[in-house]
Amino acid sequence: MTQVDILVLGAGPAGMAAATEARARGFSVLVLDENARPGGQVHRAVEQREAKDGQDRDGAKLAAAFRACGADYRPNATLWAVEPEGKVFWSEGGAARSARARRLILCAGATERPVPIPGWTLPGVMTVGAAQIALKTAGLLPEGKAWIAGQGPLLWLYANQVVAKGGRVEGIVDLSPPGGLARAAWHLPNALRAPEYLVKGLAWQQRIRNAGIPIRRATRLVAEGDGRLERIVIDGWSRSAELLLLHDGVVPNTQVTRAIPGCAHDWDAAQRCWKPRLDDWGNTTVEGVMVAGDSGGIGGARVAALAGRLAAIEAARALGKLTADQRNAEAGRIRLEWKRQRAPRRFLDALFPPLPEAAIADSTIVCRCEEVTAGKLRGAVALGCLGANQTKAFTRAGMGPCQGRICGPAVHGVIATARGVDPATVDPFRTRFPTKPLTLGELAALAAE
Amino acid sequence: MFRRTEPTDCTIRWEGRDIPARAGESLAVALLAAGVAAFRQTPVTGAERGPLCLMGACFDCLVELDGQQNVQACLAPVRPGMVAAMQRGARHFDLAEDAA
Ligand code: FES
Repeated sequence: MTQVDILVLGAGPAGMAAATEARARGFSVLVLDENARPGGQVHRAVEQREAKDGQDRDGAKLAAAFRACGADYRPNATLWAVEPEGKVFWSEGGAARSARARRLILCAGATERPVPIPGWTLPGVMTVGAAQIALKTAGLLPEGKAWIAGQGPLLWLYANQVVAKGGRVEGIVDLSPPGGLARAAWHLPNALRAPEYLVKGLAWQQRIRNAGIPIRRATRLVAEGDGRLERIVIDGWSRSAELLLLHDGVVPNTQVTRAIPGCAHDWDAAQRCWKPRLDDWGNTTVEGVMVAGDSGGIGGARVAALAGRLAAIEAARALGKLTADQRNAEAGRIRLEWKRQRAPRRFLDALFPPLPEAAIADSTIVCRCEEVTAGKLRGAVALGCLGANQTKAFTRAGMGPCQGRICGPAVHGVIATARGVDPATVDPFRTRFPTKPLTLGELAALAAE
Repeated sequence: MFRRTEPTDCTIRWEGRDIPARAGESLAVALLAAGVAAFRQTPVTGAERGPLCLMGACFDCLVELDGQQNVQACLAPVRPGMVAAMQRGARHFDLAEDAA
């Protein structure tokens, strides 16, 4: 079994920054990432694209430093178990592997919140994040009867990237409840500490309007078709459609941290999601296990990269290379910038609240893998189920191959609203190792290790 | 559904027909670019599904690739000449399913 000082999960902004910082401090570092190249979602394929904006330039710089840092970088590697004392298992090239690390820095990023509308399981319905991956990695632009629907900054960013590349969509269906600006105005002074986010956001919507793409506010959206998407119905108004891209913001990817015994998670009421309980450095409640970046709470790419560095500096203290005073001194300027970059978050959270789960119709599928509807979940609640794990046992929701990765937030929200209680009191899906499906052939390789 | 803005450099086989692709891009992206929307049929009702997330989370992009079942097409890089088909119905035995 390989021995390393620090194992980093994920090669997005947080993971790349953490690995680079840890290497600069003389640690041996192993980096596991599910993708073929560094960058994570936000900087996906950043090494192969021409840098078009500040975000691309940030990503290219991070990736170049990461490539040069000397970490043992394993792309196409999927972690599936973490055991006590830093034992980690993953699959790579069809074979299972393991390593022991003195410290783990988990940077698993974010996943998109599900948008369970009627018909969202039809082929032709995808997420905005998926379409952005297709654009960044292969230059795919939506074509023909393509629609974008939902809410959130990524939706507007993607629409802009499409327009900038000469693409078009039929229209954008804005499902966000009205009054976002009024709610968010309260947080404006704080947001102005990092005004670049606001300036960018305003420019995005304007560019869509200038491109002549219709933006339509609506409350109800349905996808229809026989075996694949053929039309969408916007508040009763039917339009033909072959591609529908949905988005409702992003939530921390806690699939791995939730499976670690003793790793506490808290409900974030503003972002309506669960996140691991962290101290200021990214330490979880389990000794030796750290989290940095969006998987510890949504903050965006810049915050993630800064958090990755802070985590590596703290790891240097924990492993005896720095005293606490030295750590604080070295972290000082990074900490200040981290705070500044986080300042607009409350404003953005208030401006882009997630869509209400109460509005999901009974007949709509929530768990795609096991094809469980919102009505079935509510039926389980009526029978006395209090949390996601009980409804899972009753309905199979969350039991399929995705293990609740996609439906988790929606299942949790449907239960909380059906019970009429604070979501913080409703337990989320427990996850368990292996967190990804595994074949016997892959496992067999462990014996040979 | 989608159109390409960048050139392709190889072909792959999908359900017995040739599809243009670019080595290194994901199989899922190559299929989408060729207008393929349905990648698999669910074991539960047999409904057709296509990729939702393209980032390895949803498992709705499962295909049979070079004889191997249940491959996530969004995580499989294109190799020239690779042969893929729809994943139809139930999976083979797999551990996670068994442990669940
Ligand atoms: S498209 Fe979601 S796992 Fe491949």
